[in-house]
Amino acid sequence: MNGRQTEGKNNSPALLEVSNLSVSFDTPQGELQAVRGVSFALREGEVLALVGESGCGKSVLCKAVMKLLNRNARVKSGSVKVDGMDITNYRERDMERLRGKLFSMVLQDPMTSLNPTIPVGEQITEAVRVHEPKLSRAAVRARVLELMRLVGIEDPESRYRLYPHNFSGGMRQRSVLAIALASRPRMLFADEPTTALDVTIQAQILDLLREVQRKLGTATLLVSHDLGVVARVADRVAVMYAGRIVETGTAEEIFYDPRHPYTWGLLRSLPAWAEPGQPLYTIPGMPPTLIDPPRGDAFACRNKYALAIDYEEAPPMFEITPTHLAATWLCDPRAPKIAPPVGGEARG
Amino acid sequence: MDEILLDVRGLTHRFRLNRRAVVRAVDGVSFQIRRGEVFGLVGESGSGKSTVARCVMNVYRPTSGQILYKGVNVCDPRQFRANRAMLQTTRQIIFQDSTSSLNQRMSVADIIAEPMAIHHIRPKRGTLRDEARFQLKYVGMDASYLDKYPSELSGGMRQRVAIARALSMEPELLVADEPIASLDVSIQAQIINLFRHLQEEHGFTFLFIAHDLSVVRYLCDRVGVMVAGKLVEVAPTAELFDNPLHPYTKALLSAIPIPDPRRERARTPYAFDPARFERDGELVEAAPGHLVLRKGGGAE
Repeated sequence: MNGRQTEGKNNSPALLEVSNLSVSFDTPQGELQAVRGVSFALREGEVLALVGESGCGKSVLCKAVMKLLNRNARVKSGSVKVDGMDITNYRERDMERLRGKLFSMVLQDPMTSLNPTIPVGEQITEAVRVHEPKLSRAAVRARVLELMRLVGIEDPESRYRLYPHNFSGGMRQRSVLAIALASRPRMLFADEPTTALDVTIQAQILDLLREVQRKLGTATLLVSHDLGVVARVADRVAVMYAGRIVETGTAEEIFYDPRHPYTWGLLRSLPAWAEPGQPLYTIPGMPPTLIDPPRGDAFACRNKYALAIDYEEAPPMFEITPTHLAATWLCDPRAPKIAPPVGGEARG
Repeated sequence: MDEILLDVRGLTHRFRLNRRAVVRAVDGVSFQIRRGEVFGLVGESGSGKSTVARCVMNVYRPTSGQILYKGVNVCDPRQFRANRAMLQTTRQIIFQDSTSSLNQRMSVADIIAEPMAIHHIRPKRGTLRDEARFQLKYVGMDASYLDKYPSELSGGMRQRVAIARALSMEPELLVADEPIASLDVSIQAQIINLFRHLQEEHGFTFLFIAHDLSVVRYLCDRVGVMVAGKLVEVAPTAELFDNPLHPYTKALLSAIPIPDPRRERARTPYAFDPARFERDGELVEAAPGHLVLRKGGGAE
């Protein structure tokens, strides 16, 4: 299987270590294998981006780590370690203590994650109170104002009493981030945090994430399908396809020296790479259904570079550099050498 | 001179929220679209792009202004009634959210054939079902999808069905309101290619509304930029990207993310303060075909 443990060779210790994690959903059609043997590590103070198409298991993976999965989901195998402590078999009561302190989450749409009937300041106050119940009223208020300033809400005293509908999309997402940071988490999970925002606001929120992460040293797991977003903030990138991580490396390695054909496809289909007058590149076919996934490499039938072995046996993670791993047989020394169709710098 | 298919003149649309508050969603917008042209309308959410599209499609009745389609003022009820069949068959719209724009209780074949059934158009290819099969094939889906329901399809597939439905009328003007915003990157590329292919083959006229500028740059011939209900700049695509004049356009262009870590990180977006946005002014031709909103107008 491709659960070979090669992560964590970097010097800083791994805060979160997920190894060989598999998650399945019981559906009327059968067992849906949403996450299939995923291993990764998140280190102190880094931003790891999880990239892939919808349905590839990015969000399920996040939820599995935080144990927020629905009842019909089962963690089939694997372990989740935090600070070397195995939390795989923690119960809900134990998890409640960890959530917030250890990890917080920022969701895609700030409109649905805020309560429209409560002023924003009070919603942040609530989050502070839950995690620090012994704080005096004045101290709580000071902390809320400090949080609001931290996420770039100017003049927090007068904005404290405003409602979410008084705020613009960017300001709402800042408020959500303030709530997520209220408990001083060590890890922040951001699930498509800028998808619902305008392009002009997007860069501001990303820079804010980066700045907060530098100030507080919070490790961030960023889930996104937008490679432009990933290029701006990520230290490391993990590309997911059909429930597996198919390539992982530093942002430079993934963007300038991608090795997996799926990563090539993702990069090439961006309009920024298109030659004027030429049709955009598209990855042929569709992602496979994860109920009864295909044997071998799940990407093989969409991959024009596929080798015979791809249809038989799933490729292991090949090591290209200590930080750069790719699950494709093309990296095997016996495979034919193929010049990657992408890599290098974007036009325009 | 090419024929002007759609001529929007001083379009204004206000939404009344309550007795006092009125939102000027669209404020004195004028532009022309020539036959066979792909015109892009960009701007951030709430800038009034969709309201323009809906006024053009007679979904909303504008507060003031004229929309001339083939010389017919579609906002005038009398002219509209007189040309109803022409207006309803030759203009089509594709919405952003295919989940809500397709009837969940109708099969794909029925969805695609419905416009023809409504307008009593005799199918060119025999039966309505054959026509649906043809259109479906045209947008890259095979006949096995004919009896499926929208809930059984993925987002990209549903958007293709919405496109097939619009194409079944062989429209002259196709309005697409953020048709790819909710799709994945790789599916987006497929739909953009489809649009491009269809435009080349059919030569239909396109009003393409988007917030993703890299897509607009790739697909459109001319682009209009909207802020807070105002059209601030109109120019041919290459001209707009090479030589943006309005501060908002500059901000918008500088905000396009580049999929390249080193350059993306070095980039500082150009700041634009919407509070200090100058609403007054007129569109002035700064270069041939390049209009920009400037205070006090000025000589042509």
